Amino acid sequence: MNGFPPIADTAFAEAPWLLVVKSIVIFGVMFAILPLLTVLERKLLGRFQQRYGPNRVGPVGLLQPLADVGKLLGKEHFRPDGAVPFLFAIGPLLVVLSGILAIAIIPFGNVVDGVGLYGIDVSIGILYFFAVGSIAFYGLLLAGWSSGSKYSFLGAMRAAAQLISYEVAMGLSLLGVIFMAGSLSLVDIVEAQSGLWFIVPQIVGFLVFMLAGFAETNRTPFDLPEADAELVAGYQTEYGGMRFGSFLLAEYIEITVVSAIGAAMFLGGFLGPGPDWLGPLWMGIKTFVLILMFIWIRATIPRVRYDQLMSLGWKILLPIATLNALVTAVVVTLT
Amino acid sequence: MLQSYLPILVFGALGLVVGTAFIMLNTVLGPKRPNPSKGDPYECGLPTNIASTFRFGVSFYLIAMLFILFDIEVVFLYPVGVLVESLKSVFVLVEVGLFVFLLMIGLAFVWARGALDWK
Repeated sequence: MNGFPPIADTAFAEAPWLLVVKSIVIFGVMFAILPLLTVLERKLLGRFQQRYGPNRVGPVGLLQPLADVGKLLGKEHFRPDGAVPFLFAIGPLLVVLSGILAIAIIPFGNVVDGVGLYGIDVSIGILYFFAVGSIAFYGLLLAGWSSGSKYSFLGAMRAAAQLISYEVAMGLSLLGVIFMAGSLSLVDIVEAQSGLWFIVPQIVGFLVFMLAGFAETNRTPFDLPEADAELVAGYQTEYGGMRFGSFLLAEYIEITVVSAIGAAMFLGGFLGPGPDWLGPLWMGIKTFVLILMFIWIRATIPRVRYDQLMSLGWKILLPIATLNALVTAVVVTLT
Repeated sequence: MLQSYLPILVFGALGLVVGTAFIMLNTVLGPKRPNPSKGDPYECGLPTNIASTFRFGVSFYLIAMLFILFDIEVVFLYPVGVLVESLKSVFVLVEVGLFVFLLMIGLAFVWARGALDWK
């Protein structure tokens, strides 16, 4: 024991103009890929259900997102008489803002030629992901409450309760990784996996993280906030046009961000054979695999009941994640 | 170095621009054909009669309170967690164990009182 070690070193920072340029590049690349994810998901869901999926617009349906956006843009804007206009507009804005802010933390690579291949790499690291991700709760709650509709309201309450329940399990599931890596910075955590990916010692944490990830992004089997059979479309029932589209966009951003965080924390992130500048490729492949898992599970598993959802989060995932963190702490200290 | 936080501002600005565009575009581009029935909330089954005093299950409040308790636990464990690997001290381990143990007593209590059973 030799005093307190320095907390995650972040003395490195590029010139301000470079930071701005690289943020815009990351944003641009993500927004070029996200629409393709929607096609991919619909294509795969089609194949899972033994049909073709979208294949009319453009080569093999690749231009489908453009057609969707065009259709959404041509819709009339209206809202229920009981809605609160300002809050009704702010809801989708906050949800999109939260998603886009979260992109900044994804580590696509370490510092290559004086440029860090990430939006930010700071000592608070993973806490930023939680802090920014939580802004979406406000968006969902405001959207549902201000709609002045029964289904929206119930959907928003469900979404809020579900998100905060699984946030706890998600936070605890990453604790084991933090114990082992000794840093919150995502780049440091990835570098700490050069010997062994954390998915091997932290398999329990990984499973809890992915389950909580499904719940955090409102995906099947935990898509109760928008359970169509009971709640029409949950908090987004009264939305149309691009405001509806922004919830959809935010959902895909969140899936990508959760997959990327999962890849960075457990699958060795940008580590892989080859030179350093190949990092984004490895990161992309690992993130893509996790995104495919999201789609695969959506096509496979039916929706759970709400009481099952709540007891899974509080009575199973929370104790398991706590136990995993404690065991990790003991092992890390004593070896 | 505070400069490394600059991208957050850039992403925030981009998010605001994209978000604002998304919520404004239909007002600008979309057709305008007002109709009184378009102001009705979505209806299905029983008549929808909603007011701002709408009541909902108390379970949601309970969950929110539990969230504050346990999420703060997680947040407090993070700074300690960073040190566990480099210090390797049994003292830190005992501290973490004690902290988690006290909170698990809390969890056992709310569990026994049925706060985790959805009603």
